[in-house]
Amino acid sequence: MAEAAAEREWRSYGISRRSTHTIRLRSSAALAVVTVLAVLLVPPLVQLDQQAVDLAAKLRPPSWAHPFGTDDVGRDLLLRCVYGLRVSLLVGVAAALTAALIGTAVGATAGALGGWVDRGIMRLVDTVSSVPHLLLGVFIVAMFRPGVWPVVISVALTHWLSTARIVRAEVLSLRSRPYIDAAVSGGASRWRVTVRHLLPAVLPQAGLAAVLMVPHAMWHESALSFLGLGLPTHTASLGTLIQGARGSLLVGQWWPTLFPGLFIIVPTLAVAGLAGAWRERLNPRRRSELTL
Amino acid sequence: MTSLPWGAMARLAGRRALFALPVLLTVTFGVFAIAAASPFDPVKAYAGNAALGADKETLDRLRSNLGVDEPFTAHWWDWLASAASGDLGWSSVMRQPVAQVIGERLVWSTLLCAVAFVVAVLLGTMLGVLAARRPGSWLDRTVTSLAYVLEAAPVFWIALLAIWLFALQLDVLPAGGLTDTASEQVSAGQLASHIVLPAGVLAVSQLPWFTLYVRQGVGDALTEDPVRGARARGLSERTVLLGHALRSGLLPVLTLIGSRAPELITGALLVESVFSWPGIAAATVEAATAVDFPLLAALTTLATAAVLIGNMLADLLYGLFDPRVKLSEM
Repeated sequence: MAEAAAEREWRSYGISRRSTHTIRLRSSAALAVVTVLAVLLVPPLVQLDQQAVDLAAKLRPPSWAHPFGTDDVGRDLLLRCVYGLRVSLLVGVAAALTAALIGTAVGATAGALGGWVDRGIMRLVDTVSSVPHLLLGVFIVAMFRPGVWPVVISVALTHWLSTARIVRAEVLSLRSRPYIDAAVSGGASRWRVTVRHLLPAVLPQAGLAAVLMVPHAMWHESALSFLGLGLPTHTASLGTLIQGARGSLLVGQWWPTLFPGLFIIVPTLAVAGLAGAWRERLNPRRRSELTL
Repeated sequence: MTSLPWGAMARLAGRRALFALPVLLTVTFGVFAIAAASPFDPVKAYAGNAALGADKETLDRLRSNLGVDEPFTAHWWDWLASAASGDLGWSSVMRQPVAQVIGERLVWSTLLCAVAFVVAVLLGTMLGVLAARRPGSWLDRTVTSLAYVLEAAPVFWIALLAIWLFALQLDVLPAGGLTDTASEQVSAGQLASHIVLPAGVLAVSQLPWFTLYVRQGVGDALTEDPVRGARARGLSERTVLLGHALRSGLLPVLTLIGSRAPELITGALLVESVFSWPGIAAATVEAATAVDFPLLAALTTLATAAVLIGNMLADLLYGLFDPRVKLSEM
């Protein structure tokens, strides 16, 4: 009797959890799809000029004609935000891919070679990770002057550490598997074992790390741009938009600041939600693990 | 707790300091290597606008005087030697010795970070416990989703919106600075009203992760045997929650407190520059914009040292509060 009650309670608990999670999963997926579609489709389909200046309609609050309002020279903010998101996402994806490549290469080298190479590399990873990311990024951008590539490089150089750690741990656990022993005793060289047998097995993990890194990279880019150390103003990203809106904020116009920020939050939440659902599917017992 | 094991704590701190030294050396080396690889020209930076009209001979003389053509390892070594004697070079953007810039500004940054951190820890613990008490309740859902949204929001954006709301619309708090522009001296009252917004925003940016981790830690602890035992003995809900669940639930969070130092510094960097708070982080941005290498190098080293100290504090706290861990074995 009591067991049945406990069973029922457990069941209902599970179902309620699952239903909230599908809501979270579905809304995340919908947000991600909308973001990607907006970024991919709006520029070629909508024949509107994001730079179109209309001084007669400057700093208009949100209305039907301009859902997000207009900025200080009368440009439509919705269009500016979509184009800004495009730039931010592009920089984010490029930086995340570069970071994941560096991290995979370094982590696989450390894991596959082992010994003092491994110890040396991991010491280096620990050292780099004790410098605050944004500060290191600011330093790199300052030395190489603001621009698209310095920003991508500075974000990539500060974000490869987590991927390197994940890939190394994964390679270390795979190395003791029988199929690797079989390959080694079959006479495969170290290089062949690493490239043909170890790397393909760690790619899903590295890929997940790269996807999770995109919002981080976007955040990093927007912070650099906001500080005036990121992208040049003519390739407006979300950070540049917020930076440019500071003047109008101080005279009370809130919309040029609010909307670009929302455009940073939405993709971040979407990716976090999707990654959380993915992790749950891989490992349901760690349901409550945080995905920050 | 009767008395603190000072001896073991000091030994652990000493061991960590020994490990920290090579890390700091490597970081400074890396900073000089990046500078050497960059297209930045120290001669032009030194001469400023005068470099435009100068003939090649003068520039060459300047070049050899500044030792630009020497390898960067030599520069690094010289810098280390003078840094050891307290001389960190001259900051061109602040027109002061670097050591003086840091000395004047460090106190304001530390104050801002400390206030923000204490607020974040207290508020985060409270919200986390409230949310963990009834998992799945509307309170839990509100707190959790709000935490996720705040975690995703850029801190400089929150800061700007806070200025708009509290300084412009409601006109209850000053928008930035350390004191009113008219006043000459820094008084406690002025400081208190000026620190509310920056520290509040910095606290809000640190709040989400703390709340979520406390919620998870306390939530896990509530399902464990000691809590069940305490409930079975008929202890009050309050004692169970605060005396049993919170105590064991906070342990994993304690280690995280120290390791969040990089995020705190990153947050301070952005918050200080939005609120024109005269701290170290705002100086970093100015130094970066003007490519003031001596100041940048010193500040990067300082931030790394702060992160290492944070890690050490986390270890110490963990050793003190978790009876299963012995300080002498860490």
